[in-house]
Amino acid sequence: MEIETYTLILSALLFAIGTAGVMLRRNVIIMFMCIELMLNAVNLTLVVFSRSLGIEAQVFVFFVMAVAAAEAAVGLAIIIAIFRHYELVDVDRFNLLKW
Amino acid sequence: MMADFFFVLFAVMAIGGATAMVLARNPVASLLYLVMAFFAMSGIFVLLDAHFIAAVNLIVYAGAILVLFLFVIMLLNLGGTARSDLRGPISRMFGIIVAGSAFGLLFFMLRRGHETSMAGGMGQATIDAMLQSQGAVGMVAEPMFRNYLVPFEITSLLLLVAIVGAIVLARRSAP
Repeated sequence: MEIETYTLILSALLFAIGTAGVMLRRNVIIMFMCIELMLNAVNLTLVVFSRSLGIEAQVFVFFVMAVAAAEAAVGLAIIIAIFRHYELVDVDRFNLLKW
Repeated sequence: MMADFFFVLFAVMAIGGATAMVLARNPVASLLYLVMAFFAMSGIFVLLDAHFIAAVNLIVYAGAILVLFLFVIMLLNLGGTARSDLRGPISRMFGIIVAGSAFGLLFFMLRRGHETSMAGGMGQATIDAMLQSQGAVGMVAEPMFRNYLVPFEITSLLLLVAIVGAIVLARRSAP
């Protein structure tokens, strides 16, 4: 089948775009959104391989989604806590772990 | 032929949405481009016969997680920044080199994995038979509740810890 090959290329491309976003942006929320994009690109790869190696891969997609939800909740809470102190979301300006 | 057309459409939407997310100046616009990219990825899940994953991707990812991001962006009042927060030319070049090498590495690794997995794969007929006999949900539910029941329960614990952690971290007065 052709569609699997092209989907794998697409997922690699989306992962690379997510990496580029994390490297290029300073806004911590956008960097976080890029990480979500990278997680979903991996999900795409898992679904492609589930077609040939067994349907269990789709169970892992489910777990990746659960972990992504937990990570988003905790990460956004940390962002809110940092914003409350610094009043900005620029990662270059966060330079203290303790204040 | 129809599937090819939709694949190209969704692939272009996904890549365009992802690129626009990285380049958009306004965080709200950036987030909506990401929703578009996730919507297109759900379409690709449908084309790959993963109907349940496509629905969960729409409901949980595009519907819940990204709306949580939208809440935070609007709570912190970040929409409509005039100045772009893209990094300078040197970091930009460095970032593009890193992303390009990540793509190259993934491309070669996935190509090797694809060749090996195609050799002893299930094939379209097996997937169609499973969809027919178990349905799109049962196909995923059976291995999940038979072989991965303990990880599933641990996931619920993880979500509980995340809820408590989020409340403690975002509370107004830290102890």
